[in-house]
Amino acid sequence: MIEVKGVTKKFDKVVAVDDVSFAVNAGEIFALLGPNGAGKSTTIKMLTTLLRPTAGSVTVNGFDVAQQPDQVRRSFGIVFQDPSLDVELTAWENMEIHGVLYDVPRAQRNERSEQLLKFVELWDRKDDVVKVFSGGMKRRLEIARGLLHSPKIMFLDEPTLGLDPQTRNSMWSYLRELNKAQGTTVLFTTHYMEEAERIAQRIAIIDQGKIVALGTAAELKEKTGKASLEDAFLALTGKQIRDEAADPKELMRAFMRSRMGQK
Amino acid sequence: MNKIYILWLRQLKRYWRSRSRIVGSLVQPMLYLLALGYGFGAVFRQAGQGNYLTFLAPGVVGMTIIFSAIFSGMEVIWDRQFGFLKETLVAPMPRFNIMLGRTLGGATVATLQGMIVLLISLLFGFRPVNPWAIATVIPFMFLVALMFTALGTAIASVLNDMQGFQLIINFLVMPMFFLSGALYPLQGLPLGLAAVARVNPLSYGVDAFRDLLIGAGHYGLAIDSAVLVGLIVAFLAAGSRFFSRVEV
Repeated sequence: MIEVKGVTKKFDKVVAVDDVSFAVNAGEIFALLGPNGAGKSTTIKMLTTLLRPTAGSVTVNGFDVAQQPDQVRRSFGIVFQDPSLDVELTAWENMEIHGVLYDVPRAQRNERSEQLLKFVELWDRKDDVVKVFSGGMKRRLEIARGLLHSPKIMFLDEPTLGLDPQTRNSMWSYLRELNKAQGTTVLFTTHYMEEAERIAQRIAIIDQGKIVALGTAAELKEKTGKASLEDAFLALTGKQIRDEAADPKELMRAFMRSRMGQK
Repeated sequence: MNKIYILWLRQLKRYWRSRSRIVGSLVQPMLYLLALGYGFGAVFRQAGQGNYLTFLAPGVVGMTIIFSAIFSGMEVIWDRQFGFLKETLVAPMPRFNIMLGRTLGGATVATLQGMIVLLISLLFGFRPVNPWAIATVIPFMFLVALMFTALGTAIASVLNDMQGFQLIINFLVMPMFFLSGALYPLQGLPLGLAAVARVNPLSYGVDAFRDLLIGAGHYGLAIDSAVLVGLIVAFLAAGSRFFSRVEV
């Protein structure tokens, strides 16, 4: 379903992703696990046509991201690390715009929007503007929206960051249900070990732009001879703490959090 | 087409729902009309230049439009990290259409703001040469709005933080406003100032407003229109080029 071959991404002189290759099977739940600044988000951005790889090739649902971006875009839904809803609009209007942008015919759009909003338990709030929603409600709406055009693949970039355990739990239960019922392929990034272990069938551990290990949680533990995934992770990536430089985006993010009173 | 329309509609809904922002953005133009329009009225009349408020109102409309338009163009900076922009960037549509929908929406909003200020200036005592003048000036208000929204989008596409925003306001938008002839007549200016006004896009917008509203143009409507249309094409081209390279 997803094939990544020898992909490299350089920003000026910094190599964010370095000759990465992996494949995700149809119907699989796959986790990209790594410390801060490992290249997880950059990888997802390349898979979703937001960044062009400096070298290498990526195909998603059989389409090449560089050559056939629109077919690739129709193949996936995405939940970004930072919110991407229009908070001045209602939940329903956010769904409507998404449906129009993805050429979903009106009748089908209305039907699926209703179905999905009920699925993520936001149907009774459909006419409220999104800015009054909690962080968890926004995430659920983003999931519903991402699924509106019936994508074969769902990408989630650190989807549970800052969410409480209840919301996290319900979010994963939606996604698992979807994976089971529709066979939707799910690829997510996280730095929560237990999440990767509990949810994903296979895990790729990425560090300093390279994939250092790939397999099931059991295989990773076996490979490193450790009892827990956390120990396996530390054995593979080392104990050094990664300090990300405060780039403009991080500063904006910090400002956003302080403004929105989020943790 | 549908997609451009829904992106345009989105900007209008956002505008309509932020009443407090609408009211807030009208305070500054009203202060200009009040403080300058009435304050300098007597001096202007003694200099034999007629009613200053009548002269000033088209300039204040121009000011309202340039600020509103540049702001909405520059929203791209914020929007690409925390907003809706990413949702559109991964949607199956050309980048150019995304930019067009945004720009047309922002320009429509700026035009509406300009129209509100024009109506308010009537309350302050502004009188156009005839009532139809107000209708004929609206298309020109839209041209000016489109020009500056496109410029704002083009600039925002190459900036990656909010500090740049302040810089642009202080070093580009404020000078454009103050040196455009929005506040003073372009006749008999010192050479340097006249030259600056000549290369200032806003001068031609304000000039067109004045031509149509009070029959007192400086460059002439033909030149104004040609410059506005030319710059719209140039800024849209630059905007689409830069916007197509936006990375998030």
